[in-house]
Amino acid sequence: MKELWTLFITFAKVGVMTFGGGYAMLPILQREVVEDKGWATDEELTDYFAIGQCTPGIIAVNTATFIGQKQKGILGGIFATLGLVFPSLLIISALAGVIDAFSHLVWVQHAFAGVRVCVCVLIFNAVLKLWKGAIKDIWSGLIFAVIFAASVFADLSPIIYVVVAAVAGILIKTLEVKK
Amino acid sequence: MLYLQLFFEFFKTGLFAVGGGMATLPFLYDMADRTGWFTAAQLADMIAVSESTPGPIGVNMATYVGFVSGGPLGAVLATLGLITPSIIVVLIVAAFLKSFRDNRYVNAAFFGLRPASTAMVASAGVTVVTSALLYAGSTGLAAVNWKAAALSAVVLVLTRWVKPTKKLHPIVFILFSAVVGVIFRF
Repeated sequence: MKELWTLFITFAKVGVMTFGGGYAMLPILQREVVEDKGWATDEELTDYFAIGQCTPGIIAVNTATFIGQKQKGILGGIFATLGLVFPSLLIISALAGVIDAFSHLVWVQHAFAGVRVCVCVLIFNAVLKLWKGAIKDIWSGLIFAVIFAASVFADLSPIIYVVVAAVAGILIKTLEVKK
Repeated sequence: MLYLQLFFEFFKTGLFAVGGGMATLPFLYDMADRTGWFTAAQLADMIAVSESTPGPIGVNMATYVGFVSGGPLGAVLATLGLITPSIIVVLIVAAFLKSFRDNRYVNAAFFGLRPASTAMVASAGVTVVTSALLYAGSTGLAAVNWKAAALSAVVLVLTRWVKPTKKLHPIVFILFSAVVGVIFRF
């Protein structure tokens, strides 16, 4: 029980100290999990991170589940993950109430209009970062173009695009090997 | 009923969003469209708040959407919905870690999934651009909100090309944009 609690607290700490998520979390995990607790080596952590990226869901959540289950099995995975999301639940719930209470003020609306402009740029930067790891050749470029056009102009569930892209990837790679 | 729906919607998001926090965006826009629990404009604000507060951005957005749609309990259920597929999938994968990473088909699927995920986030970006930089109902140059366009150009240059500001945390640019928005009455 004590170990599960330690997992929860440690990942709650990681959650509080992570701004943004994904790669922003790596240095904090290195300090908490590798250096402080000795739960994993640097190489193992990099491995978990790689797996966290190629399993569905939030990378930070996946990595927490991985480390937790390595320490204490299934329950460990669950406690580590609950610890990670716990601070978000508290902080966002508190903030959402406050923002809601002030949202009718004119200057708050101006502020959020300004912020929305900034969000455009942040998403653009995120796309460029993803692009570097994703678009490697003509085939991946083609998948990008098709899915982009489809999601801008058609009104389908993103699930369809995900399934189609996975199948396309397998087909392309299988055909490439045969050639 | 709403709570069950929230859990289920976020379960789907957690299961199909590949590539981290921002990859949940297309699912959230789709959700706004279909359920009417929140609007696309609200979602843009939630992204900003999620980037500026502690915690992984994907988790923060789920909590926020859940809270707006169903109060504190909604926040809890949306977040649990988001992380449940992760826990299940990761626990299964952990059982045969090595063979999963080196599997030809897994790698091939991800060869297709990565550009698709990039494309969907880009398309979510187009939605935000439309609501933040353009006036609804006009066409051509008349539709461009020039104040907003100028600010976006400044932030773009600061985040990409100016050495001393490039490395700064996004929260700095979010706060800067909020101040500009108040001063110039966006």
